[in-house]
Amino acid sequence: MELIRKWVQLIAAVVMNGSWSFPFTRTLYQGPLKVICAPGLNCYSCPAATTYCPLGSIQQLMGSLRFSLENGQYYLGLFVVGSIGILGGLFGRMICGWACPFGFIQELLHKLPTRKFGVPRVLRYAKYGFLAFFVVLLPLLLVDEFGTGHPWFCKFVCPAGTLEAGIPMLLLQPNLRNTAGLLFLNKLVIMVVFIIWSIFASRPFCRTTCPLGAFYALFKKVRLVKLHLDPAKCTNCKACHHVCPMGVKFNESPDDAECITCLACMNRACKFDAISLEIGGLPLGHGETRLPAPSTTK
Amino acid sequence: MPARATHRVRPPIRKAPFVVLTIFVLVWVAGVATGEPQRVLEQAWQVCLSCIGIG
Repeated sequence: MELIRKWVQLIAAVVMNGSWSFPFTRTLYQGPLKVICAPGLNCYSCPAATTYCPLGSIQQLMGSLRFSLENGQYYLGLFVVGSIGILGGLFGRMICGWACPFGFIQELLHKLPTRKFGVPRVLRYAKYGFLAFFVVLLPLLLVDEFGTGHPWFCKFVCPAGTLEAGIPMLLLQPNLRNTAGLLFLNKLVIMVVFIIWSIFASRPFCRTTCPLGAFYALFKKVRLVKLHLDPAKCTNCKACHHVCPMGVKFNESPDDAECITCLACMNRACKFDAISLEIGGLPLGHGETRLPAPSTTK
Repeated sequence: MPARATHRVRPPIRKAPFVVLTIFVLVWVAGVATGEPQRVLEQAWQVCLSCIGIG
């Protein structure tokens, strides 16, 4: 199953970055597919990107909200929120584990043979702050003299944007190199920090910073596809604790916001069949649960 | 002593995901109705230099 997941991650990354004409055009793909929402974190200014980044779009729409409303256009971000809401309602953070190119990159980096460390649990809450402030509130409220806000997360933080778009665009368009100043240096440092951190800890960006992961985490209890724990079968052996790439103690919190449904606990840890995948409450593979019938006396 | 029989119980279908999905489909439709996809497309076609830390 782990091999299948790796293939799905690779295919998702290739599909989301499937425009390979950029070495000749030296610019972005500008076709109609860019109206489709990328499920994972994938910068739409990447020369090969075929889909739009929901985080980038939300920030742009928030930043230009006043301007839009003044012109009688109601671009409130409903299309984008609706798109990621549908994805979140279906899969939640399963998308992080199966269809996020930046998550895939972090997993590959983590395979490098070094000593491994955990990520302090308290840092998991930071990503909700990035979602609220850097993606919504700051672009909406801090505006320039023209009434336009800035995409704060993309501009100051996003390492995926630096890796997938900033560096490639500098390579493709040499005239841009003169404009790469402190802002780019700041983002370059953030990217390098996350790359190094990913070697030593599992998915540090997903666990501490990703606003898209934070949004999908809001669906932890109500998503259609999720893992299910059968408490009657669980022996509390804690084997699931040791294989989880997100540091989830699955038998203690089966609806944990960090669970990316990579299925490692189900396939590689649990020997007692206590963990199963379910769709809308129906277990996959075995659709019925065997329960003892009440005893009857005549 | 009567033999202890087993019977099969189908687990209940969770309704919450379908409610959430319906809400977000309606939100998505509202976004389409306001012409937002065209705006998103226009944004996605342009290189936002400050977004990627250049300029």
